[in-house]
Amino acid sequence: MALLEVTDLCAGYNAADVLRGVTFAVEKGGITAILGANGAGKTTLLRAVSGMLRRRGSIRFDGKPIEKIATEDIARLGVAHVPDGRGTFLDLTTEENLRIGAYTRKDRGAVARDLERVFTYFPRLKERRHQQAGTLSGGEQQMLAVSRALMLRPRLLLLDEPSFGLAPLVVQDIFRIMRAINAEEGVSVLLVEQNAGLALDLADNAYVLETGQVVMSGTSEAVRSDEAVRRAYLGY
Amino acid sequence: MEAFLHQVFSGLATGGIYASLALALVMIYQSTNHINFAQGEMAMFSTYLAWSMINASIPYWWAFLLTVLISFAAGVVIERIIIRPVEHAPVLSIITVFVALLVIFNSVAGWIFTYTIKTFPSPFPEQPLFGNRFISSHEMGAIGITLVVLVALYLFFRFTPLGLAMRAAAQNATSSRLVGIRVGWMLALGWGLAAAVGAIAGMLVAPIVYLEPNMMSGVLLYAFAAALVGGIDSPFGAVVGGFTVGVLENILGAYVIGTELKLTVALVLIVGVLLVKPTGLFGKVFVTRV
Repeated sequence: MALLEVTDLCAGYNAADVLRGVTFAVEKGGITAILGANGAGKTTLLRAVSGMLRRRGSIRFDGKPIEKIATEDIARLGVAHVPDGRGTFLDLTTEENLRIGAYTRKDRGAVARDLERVFTYFPRLKERRHQQAGTLSGGEQQMLAVSRALMLRPRLLLLDEPSFGLAPLVVQDIFRIMRAINAEEGVSVLLVEQNAGLALDLADNAYVLETGQVVMSGTSEAVRSDEAVRRAYLGY
Repeated sequence: MEAFLHQVFSGLATGGIYASLALALVMIYQSTNHINFAQGEMAMFSTYLAWSMINASIPYWWAFLLTVLISFAAGVVIERIIIRPVEHAPVLSIITVFVALLVIFNSVAGWIFTYTIKTFPSPFPEQPLFGNRFISSHEMGAIGITLVVLVALYLFFRFTPLGLAMRAAAQNATSSRLVGIRVGWMLALGWGLAAAVGAIAGMLVAPIVYLEPNMMSGVLLYAFAAALVGGIDSPFGAVVGGFTVGVLENILGAYVIGTELKLTVALVLIVGVLLVKPTGLFGKVFVTRV
């Protein structure tokens, strides 16, 4: 059963379409990866799902059409988006950044527990709790972005290149935690990555995007063993 | 010495009023990067509203409270109906809208209430409080009310979820939408709060400058100077700037340049800050990569 079902999606900025008829799905409790080179339309695809730009086609979240719904209402349905560039609130403290993630939730006790929970995932953030988020390192800001998204208690997590510009150890950390969150809390994940090897390790299904169209899809195993994908994206 | 202290205290009283209005300017600047030139006239109109209610023999504090509430609602409505449609317009169009609002409020006030100068009552007794010789009751009361307003705003923005959401929306609209904040409404609430704070400033300054449609033009200039001295994007700076400008204006007026040239202090400060340190005392330096 698919949690997110996207059919024939076209989207773009101003007049030009970047995505030209993209179809894919994220299973309930599953992890789907979208692979592709720079400029293939990966970030555009996540933004289209979140309603951040002009889009045509069908997007269903849990059976409900969301292609005409505003970004803030899509978030309220339980879709958390870790955006390209991390979207940190630079002048707020680390803790305020996390609290703002839970803005739409009314259950204060549960929010306080979730705050402690993300601090156990990322102890570094607890050390930086009262520090201005703008002073955090790139890796810490990525941890913060993922944590802020988790504070929403999402059913679907959209991750835009979580490995971008980070030290390998930090990347490993973040991917390990993504796997734990998916396994323990059943949060479905739509992951966009340039680092194909890493993404295929984590994902169940993968789609390869080239110039705005899906050129290949299947289980991670199938995609990994594909000759063309191996040469173009895995480099061996 | 006594006269000097008197100048300082009355400078603090008007300074608090400048600080409130400067804070209203900064609140809107932070979320939109625009200066609301109509902020002073909106405050003036609110003061007329209070004056009408007091004349209709509504008790002062009830009129005060009602004026603040109505001004808040009016601020929200103005943002939704007039500012929202030009949100993404070029900067000059937006400035034109602000100037238009200024002229409209000014003329409508003159049309309804005439340009005759009116007295506006102070809720505080005429005799100085506690028998002191340095500060009138109205000045002391104005400082008190200003401090209450400033502390209340600080607590609201610092400790409530709604205040946090408003700060977040002002800083990063895209990320705010992604966590479910209705950014448009946050901007409207910001306008409401600014209008309410402006209304309080207007009611506190009216007994000093008297009520007439142009009463805020000087006050707004001092508020601009205050906001710039403090750093146009810093609420804390606006408050410090407000008190500084108030005291400076009084002392320079009394001992250096004379009262006729007092308004020049504001203009010199505006030009001086922009030339020497455009970010003010507490403003942020923006570095743009080209």
